[in-house]
Amino acid sequence: MLNQLIGVRDWVDARFPLTKLWNEHLAEYYAPKNFNFWYYFGALSLVLLVNQLLTGIWLTMHYKPDANLAFASVEYIMRDVPWGYLIRYMHSTGASAFFVVIYLHMFRGLLYGSYKQPRELLWLVGMALYMALMAEAFMGYLLPWGQMSFWGAQVIISLFGALPFGIGEALSLWIRGDYVVSDATLNRFFALHVVALPLVLLGLVAAHLIALHEVGSNNPDGVEIKKNKNEDGIPKDGIPFHPYYTVKDLMGIGVFLIGFAAVVFFAPEFFGWFLERDNFIPADPLKTPEHIVPLWYFTPFYAILRAIPDKLTGVLAMGASIFFLFVLPWLDRHPIKSFRYRSPLFRLLLWVFAVVFVTLGYLGTQPATQVASEIGLRAAELYFMFFLILWLYSDERSAAIHFQTFVVLVIVMLAIDVIRYDEAKSGLIMLSALLPLGYMFVFTLGPVFTRLNESRAVPERVTS
Amino acid sequence: MSYGGVDQGRRRFLTATTTVVGAVGAAYTAVPFIASWAPSARARAIGAPVQIDFGKLEPGMQMRVKWRGKPVFVLKRTQEALDSLKAVEGSLRDPSSNEDQQPAYVDSKTRSIRPDVLVLVGICTHLGCSPTMVKASDAHSLGDDWQGGYYCPCHGSRFDFAGRVYSGVPAPTNLEVPPHHFVGDSGLVIGDDGGNA
Amino acid sequence: MSLKKTIAVALFALLPALVSAAGGAYKPVSARVDLSDAASLQRGAKLFVNYCLSCHSAEFMRYGRMGEDLGISEDQVKANLMFASKKIGDTMEVAFARADAQEWFGVVPPDLSVIARARGEDWLYTYLMAFYKDPSRPFGVNNLMFPSVGMPHVFEELQGVQRLKEVAADAHPSSNPLDALELETPGTRSAGQFSKDMRDLVNYLVYLGEPAKLERYGLGVKVILFLLVFLYAARKLKNEYWKDVH
Repeated sequence: MLNQLIGVRDWVDARFPLTKLWNEHLAEYYAPKNFNFWYYFGALSLVLLVNQLLTGIWLTMHYKPDANLAFASVEYIMRDVPWGYLIRYMHSTGASAFFVVIYLHMFRGLLYGSYKQPRELLWLVGMALYMALMAEAFMGYLLPWGQMSFWGAQVIISLFGALPFGIGEALSLWIRGDYVVSDATLNRFFALHVVALPLVLLGLVAAHLIALHEVGSNNPDGVEIKKNKNEDGIPKDGIPFHPYYTVKDLMGIGVFLIGFAAVVFFAPEFFGWFLERDNFIPADPLKTPEHIVPLWYFTPFYAILRAIPDKLTGVLAMGASIFFLFVLPWLDRHPIKSFRYRSPLFRLLLWVFAVVFVTLGYLGTQPATQVASEIGLRAAELYFMFFLILWLYSDERSAAIHFQTFVVLVIVMLAIDVIRYDEAKSGLIMLSALLPLGYMFVFTLGPVFTRLNESRAVPERVTS
Repeated sequence: MSYGGVDQGRRRFLTATTTVVGAVGAAYTAVPFIASWAPSARARAIGAPVQIDFGKLEPGMQMRVKWRGKPVFVLKRTQEALDSLKAVEGSLRDPSSNEDQQPAYVDSKTRSIRPDVLVLVGICTHLGCSPTMVKASDAHSLGDDWQGGYYCPCHGSRFDFAGRVYSGVPAPTNLEVPPHHFVGDSGLVIGDDGGNA
Repeated sequence: MSLKKTIAVALFALLPALVSAAGGAYKPVSARVDLSDAASLQRGAKLFVNYCLSCHSAEFMRYGRMGEDLGISEDQVKANLMFASKKIGDTMEVAFARADAQEWFGVVPPDLSVIARARGEDWLYTYLMAFYKDPSRPFGVNNLMFPSVGMPHVFEELQGVQRLKEVAADAHPSSNPLDALELETPGTRSAGQFSKDMRDLVNYLVYLGEPAKLERYGLGVKVILFLLVFLYAARKLKNEYWKDVH
């Protein structure tokens, strides 16, 4: 029996690089032995992609992409189709879980400098994946044709209308295929969501893995394991992905599935975060809901958009906030990859960025009160300053450069405050200015007055 | 079994255990996906039994009823039609209804519960066209000894007044008799065995 | 790390300011829904069919499914819960056409299939309890949870007629709308009985919104137990292999 199987394998190998692929990418792909908690999320996102594809295909068997039939077809799936409710919940929970996993996956990149040379292209492909995933999720959310689906799409598409010289209007009309979001929009979003973007996602995932395997994985110490090879040419700190990481990821998947199942079976709406209340009301073009909010995973960027009163500037700011993420490898050029060995100030910078991002996300879900908007603007300022400080810390720079940076930032902040000055909230503006001022002071001048911006020595070999 | 400190036996056991548990999990996960292909509640509702009243049917007349998207013939059989059943038996492929084309509670020769009411699924068992009823007295080109019954225009299959298929025609089996039962004198429920099953 | 703490504290200190924005609206009373109470669900079904279904549809729910889930036989469903010549597999449609409703009420009474998921059980319960006399409205009633509601008080015969209490101008209003109402004319049910009736109805509406809710909790427990077994096996396997790695 075994001999026959080996015979089949050899027959295939003579015609298709099966064993070669298996070795190159699994049994003899040497990954650093010190992967920690932050390294589960790549594999988990693959699992979620498979989940979304399978449950998505199954939903397509019953869903009707017609404005008159869509909402009812979802309820049909929830009630009349055997096990339909479970497939639907796996899909909706999977979408949110996908973003949780991806944000953690990206944060790992920030922690360990996984975007730095030679992994810049890997990072770019990853960012492209992030964009494709956002588009996929946005289009998918229109499909249930609830109030939030409809009005969320209406708002986001109208953002394109901000572009000047009539381009915006024409673009919005072209995207919608109609004067408002309608059946035409629904049908094309369905085609894109079910066919086009999944193909793009699959292609980008392949590119992502190929790019990764070309240079090898980074690790929590940011040490290149390929620099220390034994006499067989195998990295001393490397272990074959299979069986060690296949087995470890299996365990990680087990843990993840428990959390996933808990949500799917006990709280699929997740308190209105994963399935929004208003989306259980059929779309009504004549009735606008009180609060229109995109789904939680878009809200950090939505908050940045809203923080700026001018529509076009807001859209540009939102675009910039994503653009800077793309060019991260060229902003942070510091030779030390992992935050473990960078300065205390750098580590503070990273954690503050995480807090700022989450704060922006939270603010994006709330109604735009005066205080919330003010904090949103300040948080957006902190968000953008993060990238500048990253650049600043890329190298040893003179005190003069630090002072100049501080001054430039203060001037820009004041200019913004002067432009938007409003007598009614002058107190609020001046109080909230402490946030960016404090940030600038700590991060631009901290290195000048303290020794908190000194890095540590990076080890030759990986530690834990 | 150890090799250089590695307990291969334990590894094989643990791998096997995890694989088995994983396979069981995968099988359980597959169930909802496969089961979701079964007819939905809507399909079952649409395909639910149909109740009709045939009180106005004159002998020799036929009603067409839709059940599960299929045409069902309800024929008030005349005595001549019943008599013709014996006469044609020699020309039939399955005169005693040995093939599983009818519920157990219909008579194997007349293929009905009541001799005067015949219920048939009006779909030819060859390739699915709908046969037409042709009485012996109708104008037809089916030959002089045509006793009456059903004729399928697509490929020429013939059936008698119990839906039994003639030999030498393309159709392989008798016309299907759907589950049915009677309610009172003139009520008929198609698609449900009633108390007969 | 004191710097980090300071920033965190400053941020958190500003949060209450955001939350206070709501102000003034009544807060829903807890409905204390219990889907395991089959008797309550059955009573709720009866109330729904008798009082709601004449104007509102529940077009995604089938009579037969309801009978199965609530432990009511098909004959009982047909006798007590179904009107007109409907089949057991039919959905709970309402008698008149949408166009007529638009004419009679000015608005089409919304379908109630998923109302519990859209509005929430507590809001629905409080809404049903908070009708009061208001001669300025077309149907003579208003509602503290849904100001200027277009719906008549269908449960008036059961609850009776409520009216707004006289309150001193400077009195601190309770966030519980029911505290602001008092009974002017009693109905056929006592206050305790009526609130129980409305609980039954809301119970039923929650079920109506998601029939699968009855089974997914039990299933979830089994799934997670199984996953724990799987995790145990996977963990043992991982630890065994990782003995190799130092």
